[in-house]
Amino acid sequence: MTLPRHLPKKVLVIGSGPIVIGQAAEFDYSGTQCCKALKEEGIEVLLVNSNPATIQTDFEFADRIYVEPLREETVALILEKEKPDALIPTMAGQTGLNLAVALKPILEKLKVQVLGTSIETIYLAEDREKFRDLMKKIGEPVPESMQVKSATEAKEALKKLGLPLIIRPDFALGGTGSGIVREEKDFLPMVERALQASGTHSALLEKSLEGLAELEYEVVRDAEDNCITICNMENLDPMGVHTGESIVVAPSQTLTDKEYHFLRAASIKIVRALGVVGACNIQFALDQRKGGYWVVEVNPRTSRSSALASKATGYPIARVATKIALGYRLHEIENQITGKSAAFEPALDYVVLKIPKWPFEKLRASRGIGTMMRSTGEVMAIARSFEECLQKALRSLELRVFTKFNFDNPEELQRWLQPNELRLLAMKELLAQGRRTVEQLARETRIHPWFLERLEHVAKTEKALTSLKADTEGFQQLKQAKHLGFSDYDISAASGISTSTLRFLRKQQNLAPVFKMVDTCSAEFPALTPYYYSSFDGEDESQLLPPQKKRKVAILGSGPIRIGQGIEFDYCTVHAVLALKEKGFETLVINNNPETVSTDFDIADKLYFEPLATEDVLHVLEKEGGVEGVLVQFGGQTAVNLALPLHENHIPILGTSIDAIDASQNRKRFKRLMQQLRIPIVESGTAFSREEALGISRSISYPLLVRPSYVLGGRAMEIVYDESQLLNIVDEALFVSGNYAIVMDRFLEDAVELDVDALSDGLQTKIAGIMEQIEEAGVHSGDSSCVIPTRRVSEEALAKIRTYTKAICRSLKIVGLVNIQLAVKGDDVYVLEVNPRASRTIPYLSKATGVPLAKIAACVQVGEKLSAYFDDFDHELVPPKGFFAVKVPVFPFYRFPQVDPVLSPEMKSTGEVMAIAPSFEEAFLKAQLAAGHSFGKTVLVGNCGKWGKSISNAFREAGMKVISGLSVSEAVKQVRDGTVSLVVDGIRSRTSLATPPEIRKMAVQKKVPCFTSAYAALTLAKCLKKVRRLPSPISLNELHDGKPVLSKASS
Amino acid sequence: MVFPERGLSAREALLVLQDGSFFSGRHFGSEKTAVGELVFNTSMTGYQEALTDPSYAGQVLTFAYPLQGNYGINEKDSESRKIHVEAVVCRESSPFYSHYSSKETLSEWLHAQHVPGIDGVDTRSIVSKVRERGVMPCAVAVRDERIPVEEHVAGLLEKVNSFAYSNLDFVPLVSPKKAERFSVKGAKKKVAFVDCGAKASMLNELLKRKLDVTVFPYDASAKEILKEGVDGVVFSNGPGDPARMKGTVETARALLGKKPVFGICLGHQVLALALGGKTYKLKFGHRGSNHAVRNVETGKVFITSQNHGYAVKDLPSSVKPLFENCNDGTNEGLRHRELPVFSCQFHPEGSCGPKDSNYLFDEFVKLL
Repeated sequence: MTLPRHLPKKVLVIGSGPIVIGQAAEFDYSGTQCCKALKEEGIEVLLVNSNPATIQTDFEFADRIYVEPLREETVALILEKEKPDALIPTMAGQTGLNLAVALKPILEKLKVQVLGTSIETIYLAEDREKFRDLMKKIGEPVPESMQVKSATEAKEALKKLGLPLIIRPDFALGGTGSGIVREEKDFLPMVERALQASGTHSALLEKSLEGLAELEYEVVRDAEDNCITICNMENLDPMGVHTGESIVVAPSQTLTDKEYHFLRAASIKIVRALGVVGACNIQFALDQRKGGYWVVEVNPRTSRSSALASKATGYPIARVATKIALGYRLHEIENQITGKSAAFEPALDYVVLKIPKWPFEKLRASRGIGTMMRSTGEVMAIARSFEECLQKALRSLELRVFTKFNFDNPEELQRWLQPNELRLLAMKELLAQGRRTVEQLARETRIHPWFLERLEHVAKTEKALTSLKADTEGFQQLKQAKHLGFSDYDISAASGISTSTLRFLRKQQNLAPVFKMVDTCSAEFPALTPYYYSSFDGEDESQLLPPQKKRKVAILGSGPIRIGQGIEFDYCTVHAVLALKEKGFETLVINNNPETVSTDFDIADKLYFEPLATEDVLHVLEKEGGVEGVLVQFGGQTAVNLALPLHENHIPILGTSIDAIDASQNRKRFKRLMQQLRIPIVESGTAFSREEALGISRSISYPLLVRPSYVLGGRAMEIVYDESQLLNIVDEALFVSGNYAIVMDRFLEDAVELDVDALSDGLQTKIAGIMEQIEEAGVHSGDSSCVIPTRRVSEEALAKIRTYTKAICRSLKIVGLVNIQLAVKGDDVYVLEVNPRASRTIPYLSKATGVPLAKIAACVQVGEKLSAYFDDFDHELVPPKGFFAVKVPVFPFYRFPQVDPVLSPEMKSTGEVMAIAPSFEEAFLKAQLAAGHSFGKTVLVGNCGKWGKSISNAFREAGMKVISGLSVSEAVKQVRDGTVSLVVDGIRSRTSLATPPEIRKMAVQKKVPCFTSAYAALTLAKCLKKVRRLPSPISLNELHDGKPVLSKASS
Repeated sequence: MVFPERGLSAREALLVLQDGSFFSGRHFGSEKTAVGELVFNTSMTGYQEALTDPSYAGQVLTFAYPLQGNYGINEKDSESRKIHVEAVVCRESSPFYSHYSSKETLSEWLHAQHVPGIDGVDTRSIVSKVRERGVMPCAVAVRDERIPVEEHVAGLLEKVNSFAYSNLDFVPLVSPKKAERFSVKGAKKKVAFVDCGAKASMLNELLKRKLDVTVFPYDASAKEILKEGVDGVVFSNGPGDPARMKGTVETARALLGKKPVFGICLGHQVLALALGGKTYKLKFGHRGSNHAVRNVETGKVFITSQNHGYAVKDLPSSVKPLFENCNDGTNEGLRHRELPVFSCQFHPEGSCGPKDSNYLFDEFVKLL
């Protein structure tokens, strides 16, 4: 292997910040791979990212870590301070590219080299006009288009291009502000939105390619012009649906070899013309009726698609792109899976399907999808047939569909055929009912008939299962159904035969899946990497270690990123794996999220890419045999929900017992326990029906907090102030709750809510952190800002919190982590809920305190004692003396213009940032900046009920101009006109319930920060008053005086 | 393995391997029994091109990619007039296709061309087996329900054991019987194309470059070729063991120094033998669209389409290696140190597969 001549000594890697729609865990995955690739070369890695729940910001992966805002000013200060030799901006999506472009002068001044694809190339690829010119120059077809910078220019363009046309803002992430205009009346408003979303106030109007097939290619090129494609992917949803919103299959299924290769050749030609050095994604539109194609867009960096392509093929694109950025040539880089060279194109011998996960249910938004990305995450499935793959992917989504299809209503039927979250299921139903043929659907949806035919195959097989008999003949049918990916649960639902009977039948006849390897090469070479998927094809390739060689545990992942169950759980999963690997365990991970670090091929000893459904998990565990137990604490509620069914199938659950999980989650048992422990709780009741709910509401006084049990992130959770409000929401809550009861609590107004995370080994308990929420009680803890250490809680209340936490851990015999939510009013402390699992605050706490909590929890769950890690059990962990750590959530409202951006008990945030500073005020402001806010000079105080006056005064004292007392329409106008730089509106209290949402919605659309919590607004005003200059960036190394390591965790 | 039927033959088929193992699957295509050398291809597209590639004569082709036939069969993507494989093995042959240029399903086409197929088998385990044990003779047959399966397998195994790929001459079966001239408007040069079982794309690449082409049978003599007044000679791909191609090797040797020569695949092996090199059989060959090859002269790497079971070694000092395989280091091409003679083991015409190395045809034209 030839070594490049000048390897840099110190490299700064930029992370992508909080999880937002369009930029999720995929960048932690690529950034982490990048860090590993750099460290292999002995390079010192600096990392800056405001998102604490990332693996890349751990000391195993980077040498010096800055959890700091990803702002030009902050990164410039870090560059000045650290003086790295080089920068890698291409592992952080649009955030990284925008930062690199903005930092250009300082990079030049400090002689910091940009590794990989140059800033010039980034410009070229991102500037649509220049890109089009380049495409024309090299003879690649692009649709007619015009760039506009104003409404006037847009009108001119409309005359030339005609409708329908597509609007794409320049320099905007994840399709923000883009859309298809089909009618003239929508034209100007959409142009306005696009210009607003653009970083450069410009947008491209383009002839629409709606309805054509959409294809993507992932290309890798080195500095010596060697260029290969890793994977192509075909979108099931034709052009008109953002690729992040599309169901995607890899490799392409409907392209001939000629088509596959002319698009491949075009990809390589384009990447060469652009001069990309590293990874690049290219999208094409292909006319499958007459032939012909158009280049749609390129992303000259790692992306969501490159993460998917990596997981789909086993080829680590980010790693290879990093080595290329360092100057290696493709053939000098090793393919770690086969031990051969990285200069080859993966050959798949399976099908991969990705389906996005949308937050429509949580946000109560309509399910339509289009050119703007709205999904929060995605699932991936691998199988040997399309049908099996489809069903695995659907299972991985953990859908609970509230909607029933009413196809008798022709309008509704038409609506279901438009792109939407449930279109696939609607089409399956239409095919099953015989209301549509494959040809009709293909015409109406422009989805390729091949996919629809496969869908019909599934639909018809499912229909035939209704007459399945549990006899010999029936067994053949059962076998066929299993081959097509039906779960016992599906088969049971169709046939009425119980899952246990089906399981028994299958066991008797030895009908169980085998596991095949993802090896990048279709078995052409022996592979070294243990990355598996299930199949009912003959040979099993997952080899077992000799028994008793190593203790073996399975760790369940958390599935797709969704609101309420984000990257934090993948972070915890990875930590559990790393800790147990270090302890000499053989670790198995089961997960289905292609974006994350936990599904990277070199994290666990064995990775099973499978749905997180009981049957699929059982198959893995049965195959593996000898698994000492399953860790369900780290994969969020998805994993916890599997504890009971696994236990019923005689699988040992490690850590906190099933009974304790039930005792904490079953409201009746929970109530009894609290009474026994003499811990105050708020009055509450549980109901299985509307009638029961009404009964309880009469025994407890309003306001009430209504929620289902056993669901995450406060889905279908509401505060109701009277009976009519209760009746409005009770049905959905009951449905979401499924077989479980809904819970109704008295709601404590104006209380302070707290989140406590604790570690326990069943005997001793270490409180890992007491976090104080900034927002008032009633705002979901996931949507609240919080601070550690606490500031507003009395010593007496804190003492109670410690006592209660320990009592709960002792009586439930918690082994591992537990999260307790409390409310404090004066010195009174109420326990609201107990979650027997890792919580979303674990990464934030770990970063704030320097103690790897999830790792310790995993070790405790396999039998270690907490005394091995801590001496002091009296005090909770806090950040180093003199520091405050603040967490602030970020929200997706901009992408859901119809949703009221008001905070409530139902969680709506997608991610969070963290900031650490010597004072609370500095930390809070820094976190607000990290969340992308800036506050300017003028605040509009809208409907704030009893809080209006004090909020206005507070901002005046902070030196801001305050506008208040306006009518809603006047206020909306002020916000629209851009005279306002901050909005406070919609604060709820008994006297001001729901206020008109128009001001808030306008603020969101104009990207003006909007506060809907009185406490948060007052806090902000105080901070703005007190803080004149932000403190300089501080690394976690400086903060914690070295590295937090597992063995020397201390209080 | 069994699949729900979608209007296809429900008959069982057997794939019997020389090592005595057998696979039971579903029959499709023609019902005749076939015997051949079991090989695999890892391309994810291009079944029509592969099946019509004459280099596959005498072989039973297993597709590693599980879904075959998705886009049907069209009139323009065949590499020759007929299917050349003895039989097709795949995980799933699609009963449904949809493509604007396609006319029939894979199964219908195989049936019309009298080629049998077996699907519903675990092709990945077949690929692993061939990788571990090397290519081997096999048979594909519709299951005879009248006799016990062991008996049927034993019967087929006899046929399998009497088959020896390396002892057979396939080129005479796929090479044209007589010469044929193709002329292009505006052609300035003329080349001879020695067709040992060539893919149509290869001929098209030459015609595309405004060359008049005379296609010769594999056994044409150097004298005949020179008499045609050509400016250069191309030796094509083809099936079988190159060591059996004594006549063609002789022809090639006689042309060296007289005309520029370009060899592709079998043509490369023939040229190597003519120059004094050796050939040997690879354990399981290179068949796929993803083989990275390094140009030894420039250091550049590109992806190639490959289909060969033999390789070249022990090059004489008169030539230097031109290309090498990035994975196993095998020779992928040569260039004569003095004469305008070069060759490649891979397929610069792609089809199926990439055309990253298509420039080699231009290099040949420059030599003329």
